[in-house]
Order: sequence, then C-alpha cells, then structure tokens
Amino acid sequence: MRDVAIIGIGHTKFGRASKTSLELFSEAALQAVDDAGVDLKDIEALFQGAALPGFEEGQVTPAAFSAAELNLGGGSIPATRYEGACASASIAIREAAEWVASGQCDMVMAGGVEKALLMGTLFATRIFAMACHAPTEGPAGLTFPGVFAMAARRYSKNYDIPLDKLREQMALVSVKNHKHGALNPLAQFYKKMGDLKVEDVINSKLVADPLTVLDCCPFSDGAAAIVLCAAEEARKYTDDPVYILGTGQGSGGALSKMKDLTKPDSRIKSARMAFKHAGLRPSDIDVLELHDCFTIAELIALESMGFFEWGEAAEATTEGQTESGGKIPVNMSGGLIGKGHPIGATGASQVYWIVKQMRGEAAKGNQIDPVPEYGMTDTLGGDFGTLCHIILGRGK
Amino acid sequence: MTGKEQEEIEKEYKEYTVLSLSEYEEGLRNGKLLGLRCASCGGITCHPMPVCQWCGGRSLKRVELCGDGELTTFTVIRVPSEGFEEGAPYIPCLVKTKEGPCVVGRLDYDTESATQELIGKQVKMSGTHTCKGDKFSDGAHTCPVFKIQENKL
Repeated sequence: MRDVAIIGIGHTKFGRASKTSLELFSEAALQAVDDAGVDLKDIEALFQGAALPGFEEGQVTPAAFSAAELNLGGGSIPATRYEGACASASIAIREAAEWVASGQCDMVMAGGVEKALLMGTLFATRIFAMACHAPTEGPAGLTFPGVFAMAARRYSKNYDIPLDKLREQMALVSVKNHKHGALNPLAQFYKKMGDLKVEDVINSKLVADPLTVLDCCPFSDGAAAIVLCAAEEARKYTDDPVYILGTGQGSGGALSKMKDLTKPDSRIKSARMAFKHAGLRPSDIDVLELHDCFTIAELIALESMGFFEWGEAAEATTEGQTESGGKIPVNMSGGLIGKGHPIGATGASQVYWIVKQMRGEAAKGNQIDPVPEYGMTDTLGGDFGTLCHIILGRGK
Repeated sequence: MTGKEQEEIEKEYKEYTVLSLSEYEEGLRNGKLLGLRCASCGGITCHPMPVCQWCGGRSLKRVELCGDGELTTFTVIRVPSEGFEEGAPYIPCLVKTKEGPCVVGRLDYDTESATQELIGKQVKMSGTHTCKGDKFSDGAHTCPVFKIQENKL
C-alpha cells in the first residue's frame, strides 16, 4: 500500500447559503484544485459525503451530478456519495485514501456538502433523528440532543459529579469553541459570541434536559473538499503536503445495545485503529478537531480516544487543558459549535483546519505555535452509529 | 440446463426472523415485553434482533420478560421532531431490564419534577406509547412506558 498526501483544500463559509448544494460543493472543489495547482481533469474519482440531500433539495446521487458539473477527470469518472450521517465526509475521505493507497487511482477528490439550515429547526430535528434507531428510538421520540442529554446525565452519575457542576464544565466547552469560532472568518458565528459566559450557556433555552441551545451545535449549510494523491508525487504540487498517517472507522448499534453511553465502543475501536495504523499515541498528537455536536460530546470523545482518563475530561476542560497552550488544543477552528455543522461536510472541514494549522495559516488567535507536527480528526455519525478518525502529519 | 423448478425454489425459501418487530410491538400493546433467549449463552435479547445480542448465537426462542428494571438514564424533550409534538414535553428513557438487556421507552413522570435523583430507581413497564408516525416512519410504532416503583430502592 502507498502513502497518501493531501495537496489541496477548499472550504466555503459556513452558515446560511443561498447557493444550491451542487454550487456549494463546486466552490469548495474549485478552491481545492486551485490550492493544489492541478486541473479538474486530473481527478480520477470523487468521494462525496452528503447525509440528507434527498430531504433537503430532493436530490440523490449528488456525487454524480457534482462530478458532471465540474467535468472532473474530463467526464464520467466514478463518483460516489457516502452516507454515515454526520461522519459522511470522513468516511468518504477514508475511502478516497484507500483507493490512492491501493494504487487504483493516483489523484482523487474527497469532501462533503450539506444544506440543513433551510429546513428549519423542527424538520431538521426530524430528519437528523433518522440517524437514531428508528424501530425503538423513533416511537420513544428521541432526538439527537435527547441522546446526548441522556449521556450527560449518565456522565454525572458515573463519576459522581453533581449535575449543576457538570453543566458548568460542559458550558466551558461552548465558551471555548465559540471563542475560536468567533475568530474564524469561515465560521457560522464569526465575530459572534466570542465572549460567551458560562451563565449564558446555562440560562439559554432548554432543548433536552440538561442541554440548552448553547450546548448544541447549529444547523448549517456548507461544503469542504480536498485533493489527495500518492505521497511520492505530492511535492510536485506543493511544498507543504500533509500526509494521512492513519485512519480508523467503527460502527455502533441501537442505543439500548450500548454498555455505557459515555464509553462508545465504536469510537474507542475506531480511534485505536487509527492510532495503530499511524503508529502513534494520543500523547503524540499536537492538535485535535473533534465532533463537539454537543458540549458533553467533546468530553466523551476526549476520553474515548484516550486523551484523558475516564471521567477526567470535564475537569481537564475547566483547567484549560483543551485550550491553546494546554495538553491538547481541541477545536481551534471553533468546532461544530462555533464554526457550524453542515453534517455531510464536517469531516472534510475538520481535515481542512488541521491542514491549515500545519501550514501555519489558521486564523490569528486560533493558530497553534509552534506549527503542529501531528493532528487528528474525530467524526461521529448518528448516536455513535458511525465513527471515523483520521491522523495527519507534516512528515511521513 | 433447464433450471430449477419454481415449486422447488419456493419450498426451499426460508425466513429466519424468530420475533418480528410488529410481533414485538403487538406484545407490548398486550402488556407483554417479549424477547429472545439464546440457546448458546442463555442471554436475553430485547428488542428482537436476528442473532443473540450478547454472543451472536443463532438459536433463539421467544421469551417474555417480567417488565421490571432499573432506570439507567432519561431526558425531557422540549424541542421535539416535526410530527412528534404530541404530548411534548415528554421523557424518553433507557431501562436496564431485570433479565439483562436495556430497552428504550418513555417514562411516565411529571416532566417538571424529573431530576437526576430518578436515575437508578426501580421501574416497571406500565403501558405503551404509540406514535402515529409520519410519512417517513412506515406507519405507527409502539414503545414501552415505564413507571417508577416508589416503594422500591
């Protein structure tokens, strides 16, 4: 198997878009080929994450239409939509990397797109809840905030942290991620909520007890894309290739099958697979973009990936260990909470911001110093249904 | 080659499902929490799945659970999905049954006094909730409803 490099990246502004999904993805794709200095005709296959396009614009097979409108590879190349709910783009990138590693292709494009904001909160809540287990969680009326609210209550119980204290610790995740989102010109909340306070989060509207609206990421429109090629060719195109050192993927089932909502096997196994593939450990990682769909989700992710012991991520967050200059800077882009969460695009957006960090081009106030050597993404689809991890490095 | 006789193909066709979702839901509506017992490990699977949820065993028999369990966690949904507004706010919950498997259902409790102290309490299946569903849900579906057993720790 060959090593794989990322040579070009693209990312639209996240938030409310007047463009169609096809147009949004094209924006990101054109940025990515220009960034790589390659031609659209050089792309041999497209791997596109898109979670719910049928419900958003009445569109399926979006990848085929994207490839056709961009005339990728001169036309008629393999173009496939990947669906793993909110992890759609990450599994698309993972597959893309496998195709290049195997030698099947030399240069491919991967990414994702979503237009969720136009649906409004109630309908979007409905179709996002389709990633819950429909037969059992459907009639119970579970929603995504509901699932993570249940996990938050369990976290409080497992580690004997009074719920009021845990709510303050969770609020600090929102405060941190909004601080960085407010500094990111491509973020949904750019220049907004940068000085959020813990009490603002706790006193905002309850969505699913104990989670408030400011414990939740927003619904968003947006797209992101990357160009990948064989590592040995990468320096032909760029002085700053970023290498895919390891990937992992895991799957979960109905919520009722989980041994513990705060210790998802799917995430633990996926992260271990990626670390093993890369030959690295959590202590090697300098910067992390993880799936903070809800504040509690950031804590669960940090522990499941091995960055903190079980039950210690809440306190570590309070101590600033997940901030710039801490043990592991997390979501310096603003994460899903501050940057926005166009679900099918999120995994590609996470990779985009790790690459930006490695180039020293993250927004002022969000850039890690010195430039990180190793970075990692964590993406979660459904209620722990699809997990994907990608480990990136400046060297092989 | 002349191919295989249609009658033979039909005769050979076999279905593997021991307890279907609709039979499980019908059981709930009749006050019964049905599951499957594994001949290999003895474990109980609930809701119904194609193989044992503990060991993957394929030899399963229908069994009735007692409906008693412990409240693992819950939430109060204040922003429901479109089409699921009926009865909101309401309380989805996760219950660990006496027989082992966890089930998702609803908790019959006052939403404004449902606090963290409820976790760990004994519950009993007290009825069902049927969602009429929407155009995406393949009709109405039913889940168990649980009630706190106040006199039990």
